Amino acid sequence: MGVEQKLGDMGVVTTTLENVVNWSRTNAMWPMLFGLACCAIEMMAAQASNYDMSRFGMELMRASPRQSDLMIVAGRVSKKMGPVLRRLYDQMPEPKWVIAMGDCASCGGVFNNYAIFQGVDEVVPVDVYVAGCPPRPEALIHGVLTLYEKVNKEKFKDLAEKYK
Amino acid sequence: MTQIEEVSIEQFKHLVSARALTGETMLLNMGPQHPSTHGVLRLLLELDGEIIVNCIPDIGYLHTGIEKNMEAKTYQKAEVMTDRLDYMNPMGNNLAYVMAVEKLVDLDVPVRAQGLRVILVELQRIASHLVWLGSVGLDLAAMSMFLYCFRERELILDIFELVSGQRMMTTYFRPGGVWRDVPVEFEKAVRDFLKIFPARIDEYEKLLTKNPLFLDRMLGLGILDSATALSYGVTGPTLRASGVNWDLRKARPYSGYEQYDFNVPVLTEGDTYARYLVHIQEFRESLKIIEQALNKLPFGPVHSENRKFVPPPRSEIGVSMESLIHHFKLWTEGFPAPKASVYSAVESPRGELGLLLEGDGGPKPLRVHLRTPSFDNLSVLSHIVNGHLVADLVAILASIDIVLGDIDR
Repeated sequence: MGVEQKLGDMGVVTTTLENVVNWSRTNAMWPMLFGLACCAIEMMAAQASNYDMSRFGMELMRASPRQSDLMIVAGRVSKKMGPVLRRLYDQMPEPKWVIAMGDCASCGGVFNNYAIFQGVDEVVPVDVYVAGCPPRPEALIHGVLTLYEKVNKEKFKDLAEKYK
Repeated sequence: MTQIEEVSIEQFKHLVSARALTGETMLLNMGPQHPSTHGVLRLLLELDGEIIVNCIPDIGYLHTGIEKNMEAKTYQKAEVMTDRLDYMNPMGNNLAYVMAVEKLVDLDVPVRAQGLRVILVELQRIASHLVWLGSVGLDLAAMSMFLYCFRERELILDIFELVSGQRMMTTYFRPGGVWRDVPVEFEKAVRDFLKIFPARIDEYEKLLTKNPLFLDRMLGLGILDSATALSYGVTGPTLRASGVNWDLRKARPYSGYEQYDFNVPVLTEGDTYARYLVHIQEFRESLKIIEQALNKLPFGPVHSENRKFVPPPRSEIGVSMESLIHHFKLWTEGFPAPKASVYSAVESPRGELGLLLEGDGGPKPLRVHLRTPSFDNLSVLSHIVNGHLVADLVAILASIDIVLGDIDR
């Protein structure tokens, strides 16, 4: 069923390499199992039975940065945690993406003070910001799908430029 | 970008045994990014093979400056900070805070508001214990527990959303009562939950309580005797699993807890398994309290009528000049509190959560200090893990139920 029916017995699919690569990236994007604060609980809820992020190719949360593609910064980043977060980001293999989940990770949220980075983009480059304190699991899933849209638009030409 | 400093063993000389310096034992870093440290806790372990010789917790990776931030806000606005403190227990934190404010300015709370507070705080206790049970299961490779527990937790979060519009950071309790009355669907939602949940607890128990794999990982680990627990200031289920019958809901009743009939589960073994059993029994006791509170819940006002502290309802503002002035004053200046210092404590799912509030005559607190249960419970960790295997550390750490937001604040 499915693709065979549409193709008849040709057994051939024509597409571009870019499409195939982006398709595979968006359908098996493993996030890093890494929670900071309140948002981490909602991230767990998004992984759990009711919201089930594995529908979007996130079967596994990898505890090691070396096995993960996506960093979800779930929570406030303190001045002490910043360097650790950066090291984790550096340990992730390319290609890698970052979602800033929640207001604290996006802009500092309610904590405008000495202890908290006013947005995790001071530490690592961010692809998608998800608003909310904490965002609902649906909001996180929407953030993930927004990231997929971005990944699907990626061109090899730009990547070559980026990693030159 | 901040540079990452290289560390040498010389810096830890005073913390580890002399054998570490000669290389006889190994130093292992666990965290701050580790799935079973339940947040951003870093543990420096000194290992002799697989056996833990020393365990040094390194905290502060989530230091948020909540106390200082609260001091810069008026009494009403500071409350949103307390939600984000121990993020598994926002309702309980709110309760500790509003009780402190009410004590400071001497404000009465209507009976209905007290009843609602008890129902919601007990629901929150169940939700917190569910996350605890789920993550203990996850740490011990019982993945299905995590899925089951989060399924039930969603039912509670739906009730919170019903009353406050938010799933987690509710800020529903306000000085003088609660934000607004609960919608009519509230009672049915809670009664449905009361009907569903007992069978679900049996399901968890069937999966875990007598499961030999689970028992192997839990029995006899991390034994904490009552004298040590008391000397470290351990509270909550961890203390009650060590044979000390101390629960603030019974010992210093607040918010009308004295009128409800419930037991405080106490076990004497003091090991990881006893802590698990205490948590499971607390589910059932919380259900008892919720049911009684719901049956007793009277109709009536849900916040104090004292307009100096509680904003008037929206409908009054258009017709009453006095209400308009009160509303304006409260939301621009806040209300002044006398020069006094109060302490209020509640039994959070993790133990005694205390809040010291000092007024200076103005609308902002002069000093806010929090006595958080996870901090004291964590301090006993290095005492109870020595001599255990690294794999058992995961179970012990999970069993004492720490929340890093509560520790670092």
